[in-house]
Amino acid sequence: MITFIELLVNGISIGAVYALIALGFVVIFKATEVVNFAHASLLLVGGFIIAKTHESVGFWPALLLGLAGAAVLGALIEFLVIRRANVVNHSVLAIVTIGVDIVLTTELTRQIGTEVLALGDPWGSQVLHLGAVNIPLARIAALLAASAVIAAFLLAFKYTNWGVAMRATAEDAETAALMGVRRGRVSMGAWAVAGALAALAALFMCIFPTPGLDRTVTATAMKAFPAAILGGLDSTTGALAGGLIIGVTESLVSGYQGELVFLGRGLGDVAPFLVMIIVLLIRPAGLFGTRELARV
Amino acid sequence: MSKSTLLWSVALAAAAVVIPFYLDASWLQDGLFAMAAAIGAIGLNLLTGATGQLSMGHAFFLAVGAFGYVYFASVPAEGGHAALDGLGLPTPVAAVLAVLLAGAAGGLFSPIAARLKGAYLGIATLALIFIGHFVMSNATPVTGGHNGRPVPPLEVFGFVFADTPDAPLVIAGVPFGALERLWFLGVVLLLGAGLFARGVLRGRPGRAMNTIRDHEIAAGVMGVPVARYRAGVFVLSSMYGGLAGVLIALVFQQTVPDYFGLLLALSYLAMIIIGGLGSVAGAVIGAVFVSMLPRLLTRYSDALPLIVQPGQEGVGAAEAAQILYGLAVVVVVLFLPGGLLGLVTQLRLRTGRRIASAPAAKHSLTPTPETRN
Repeated sequence: MITFIELLVNGISIGAVYALIALGFVVIFKATEVVNFAHASLLLVGGFIIAKTHESVGFWPALLLGLAGAAVLGALIEFLVIRRANVVNHSVLAIVTIGVDIVLTTELTRQIGTEVLALGDPWGSQVLHLGAVNIPLARIAALLAASAVIAAFLLAFKYTNWGVAMRATAEDAETAALMGVRRGRVSMGAWAVAGALAALAALFMCIFPTPGLDRTVTATAMKAFPAAILGGLDSTTGALAGGLIIGVTESLVSGYQGELVFLGRGLGDVAPFLVMIIVLLIRPAGLFGTRELARV
Repeated sequence: MSKSTLLWSVALAAAAVVIPFYLDASWLQDGLFAMAAAIGAIGLNLLTGATGQLSMGHAFFLAVGAFGYVYFASVPAEGGHAALDGLGLPTPVAAVLAVLLAGAAGGLFSPIAARLKGAYLGIATLALIFIGHFVMSNATPVTGGHNGRPVPPLEVFGFVFADTPDAPLVIAGVPFGALERLWFLGVVLLLGAGLFARGVLRGRPGRAMNTIRDHEIAAGVMGVPVARYRAGVFVLSSMYGGLAGVLIALVFQQTVPDYFGLLLALSYLAMIIIGGLGSVAGAVIGAVFVSMLPRLLTRYSDALPLIVQPGQEGVGAAEAAQILYGLAVVVVVLFLPGGLLGLVTQLRLRTGRRIASAPAAKHSLTPTPETRN
């Protein structure tokens, strides 16, 4: 039972981090209808900046730098590539982001090399003891920070002008433009926000119990794709639900690896994808996604 | 067939026959990889370029083909802990079965392939890569686990596609080893695959596929069974992947699960985008570009700025090649709708117009910016 609670809390914490990534993914999709496969590299950039700067400027300024760096990069991708690509179908834009991803990931993994970079977070490897349950402090920080940021984001999405403009654009881009919403600004903003969310996720993905930032982080970040898809690509609620489902599944499957060994080694890494396929078989638009209806 | 097409075909055929007599083994090997990649890319282009279904999991079907062939063709090896299973079938049968197996794997995925589209399908197929890797690393008796397993050479009517030191085959003073023999096999397979795909694209199915890409509802209204077509193209495309996998296995002579990863799947997408979506020639051009790039950069690394020799600090040739083809994808989408093939067509039109009042541009399979997906 104790193991179960530990795994559950860990799973929720990891799930909250996946939700951060998935949320950025969904925001970009809602604002520009682009599926951003370069999301993993935005994450890597954020983590890389934090890792490289925290020794000279301290952790908190480094975190801010990382968030800003990833946000600027996101905005740059939107400004230089997405905005200029003159294509009708959005599948091609998705493939362009793959191109961007290949470039960024190759360069960054080359810079990182075989090293494992520490991020200099203040939580270290401390563990919180609640009765018999032991939970790393870093995981609690991840859970709290992710929840706070997600809550702030959802409130902003609902009540601020920026959020209203974004939702209006997602609903009907042309009408929104006619109402005076600047589409360029909205989509650039969406990419920047998504970058910042990804950088924050990078931080929590690379601290205890993971050893640090290394070249495998992008593979881990890939698990946020199923999170976004199984919740529904155009639903912020879906991103949260998807993130939590994926996080808890992964944590439980990896935790009970010993009992599941007859299914093979490394099941925790594929479990998110299996869950996604099962969900998609039943609901092709994800749990909370809007079903595409067409009037003929 | 116009005169210039005829001329081009003759020139290409001559080149294909002559090349193995002049180039050394490493070039031949890269050429063979390019051919295998071209077969796979043609399949992917049928699916993604012509029908508009994004697939990020094509490497999985290559893996099914490669390991299927090895499993069907190998004789079971007793080795205690590292025992490898196999059916020991005749190798041509094994190759055909491997392609069919890849098709069956695509068919198993069809409940998803027929219903999902766009990004949903893309990410669902992404799952295939991860699930495939998981299965491959665990099914040790079939795949040999992490280190892979050796590939038995193909043997057709007593002719072995491998080095035969005791009975060397020498043609015109050139010793014909495994790579030279496989080269001709590759040419034949690529030709067959290309012609078949061209037939599909130019005929009734191709029109139906393009209509599905351009407007699914309109396609349905006009009587195209959309879901069946989507599933069917997915199966066909995975069979192409399987064939590419068999060829890669034969060239490599060792199959390793790690090779069939995400990077491979992404490079196939890069190929069809760079070459040109929706056509056979585009897929071939893109495949040659993406697979020969690392080779060329390695060969001329000392002459090129910014690229260092292996082992030194800086951008290595393999990394530079990856960055370049990533950039090429972006550049092509931004500036060259239609890919490299579109560029060639445009140039030809332009020069043709300048020389004489060239005949009007014929119907081209290259999608115009309006019809591209």
